Amino acid sequence: MNDSQKDDAWLARPASIRLLWRVFWAVLALTVAAQLVIKVKGYFGIDDWLAFGAVYGFLACVAMVLVAKVLGYLLKRDENYYAAEDERD
Amino acid sequence: MTEFLPPALILLVGAILIGPLRGHLRSAVVLVAPLLTLWAVWQVPDGVVTTAPFLDYVIEPVEGSPLRRLFATIFALMAFVGGLYAFRQAKWYELAAGYAYAAGAVGVSFAGDLITLFIFWEMMALFSTVVVWSGGTPAARAAGVRYAIMHLLGGIILKVGIEGVVVHTGSIDIQPMLATNFDTWMVLIGILINAAAPPLSAWLADAYPESSPTGSVFLSAFTTKTAVLALILLFPGEPVLIWVGIYMVMYGIIYALLENDARRILAYSIVNQVGFMVCAIGIGTQMALNGAAAHAFAHIIYKGLLFMSAGVVVYRTGKSKCTDLGGLFRTMPLTTICGIIGALSISSFPLTSGFTTKSMISEAAVDEGLVLVYMLLTAASAGVFLHAGIKFPWFVFFQKDSGLRPKDAPWNMAAAMVIFAALCILIGIFPEPFYQFLPYATDYVAYKPGKVLFYLQLLLFSGLAFFLLLPLMRRTLTISLDLDWLWRVLFYRAGSVLLRVLASIGGAIETGIRTRVSSLRDVARRYLGFVESNRAHGIFARTWQIGTTALWIAILLSVYVLTYFIS
Repeated sequence: MNDSQKDDAWLARPASIRLLWRVFWAVLALTVAAQLVIKVKGYFGIDDWLAFGAVYGFLACVAMVLVAKVLGYLLKRDENYYAAEDERD
Repeated sequence: MTEFLPPALILLVGAILIGPLRGHLRSAVVLVAPLLTLWAVWQVPDGVVTTAPFLDYVIEPVEGSPLRRLFATIFALMAFVGGLYAFRQAKWYELAAGYAYAAGAVGVSFAGDLITLFIFWEMMALFSTVVVWSGGTPAARAAGVRYAIMHLLGGIILKVGIEGVVVHTGSIDIQPMLATNFDTWMVLIGILINAAAPPLSAWLADAYPESSPTGSVFLSAFTTKTAVLALILLFPGEPVLIWVGIYMVMYGIIYALLENDARRILAYSIVNQVGFMVCAIGIGTQMALNGAAAHAFAHIIYKGLLFMSAGVVVYRTGKSKCTDLGGLFRTMPLTTICGIIGALSISSFPLTSGFTTKSMISEAAVDEGLVLVYMLLTAASAGVFLHAGIKFPWFVFFQKDSGLRPKDAPWNMAAAMVIFAALCILIGIFPEPFYQFLPYATDYVAYKPGKVLFYLQLLLFSGLAFFLLLPLMRRTLTISLDLDWLWRVLFYRAGSVLLRVLASIGGAIETGIRTRVSSLRDVARRYLGFVESNRAHGIFARTWQIGTTALWIAILLSVYVLTYFIS
């Protein structure tokens, strides 16, 4: 995120970013709290538990980022990899 | 034969006219031809409309059905909005090739038999290659060659399968089949190559991002989605497709997470989204096929929109790497908003087209009791928000201030984006009218409070994960190896080693032959008087009378005849 104090854009100011984070946390809490009122239909036992969607979504993303990170060590190459490969011969 | 005008023909004539025409006339053709095509698409009734003799077969160039009209509609609409987006910026040959490519897609949509399907299929391969080449850079030329090789290979495999099916069943009709023997497997593999299924997924993210900003908009729409249509027509309920689809979904997410180039992120997410459709076709129920068709329709719109917003950025800044971009929201508000609408749609956020179409696929998995498939698709939905829904707009339009202050989109590009953004929201808020056009009648209700809440939790907490894990996702100046590494590097290296070995063997043989030849030459010179000299010394070097020659021939022939009779 951009920390430069003289930035004219509202979105880039540290104060606005702090505000946006607070709103975001509030919305997150609200979606979980709403489950007390609105019933989520479950298909296999545990997916109607409180905050199941939240936990599942969060953990799925953490898992994917970590898998990508590990695979990255294996698969990532310099962006000129193929060009350099062509020049070998 | 018939007064009926095939829709693909209208678009093809438009493509041909783009070259010779100039100025406003050309612009008029670019904008009017897809609209005429769209009109013609809706004139096609159900059933076989036209037939024509071809070799010993009766082919059916135009056959209508709700499914076919749905795909032809979105292809023609895409050509119109893509044309609007491109007509002032793209080179004329890119526009012409793009329209011929779209005409191929409309042709495939209405193809009533396997021969017609194949002809339009190859037409798409041909003209999409030209669109890739229109990128104009050496990288685009090289990627275009690799792209063409892959699609010609896919075409040959498809042709082998079609020949087999036609020979063994005696019918060229397009009818549902399962991959049970060699012929049907070849057809399935040929189609799956165009769907960017594993192990041949790499061509898509290799070629599309090398095209021009306008070219990638056309490329994103047609090839993979005609493959989806062909799979719905030919392989509904083929179980292997469920797992092919799941693989594609996960592949797209992981590679997009690793990627630095904005348009390549979007290219990987095409594979991801087509994976949802392929999986649905594998499930094969009416709900699932409705979901696949609806999702393909919605996907073309929001993916086109995403490529348009990325295209404006490339057009204005000449950059497409996340490491070079950032902070563009300051001067490109419209492009930013349109990009965000596309990103929310692809993430199937409630009130966007992705939600009302993709949720049908999840519902179909639940209805069939496929709990694992449902859970994987749900995890993937979270992953889509992660890799495309937030990552794309965040790194391109926000993130750091790159210092770039480009102008916003030119008016025609802006108009194209606004049309598609509006459609994303329209289908998201009022899905019922859209459901009327699906292949099977449905009373599916997209918005149930519990489901909306579940998806809101899922997506918003994915967003939380993205921002908390940002340090792990720092962009690097890298590419990611894919299976095409096998032939681009391993086979290539093995090939050059083999060539070197062969060359040295050949060299040894050549030296050997040279020594033999020179010693033979010595013998010839010494005893027979051959070569090099005008003066003849040996027996065979003398000038003989014709009569003597004839005598010798007569003697040799007699000897030959005699030996023949004796033996």
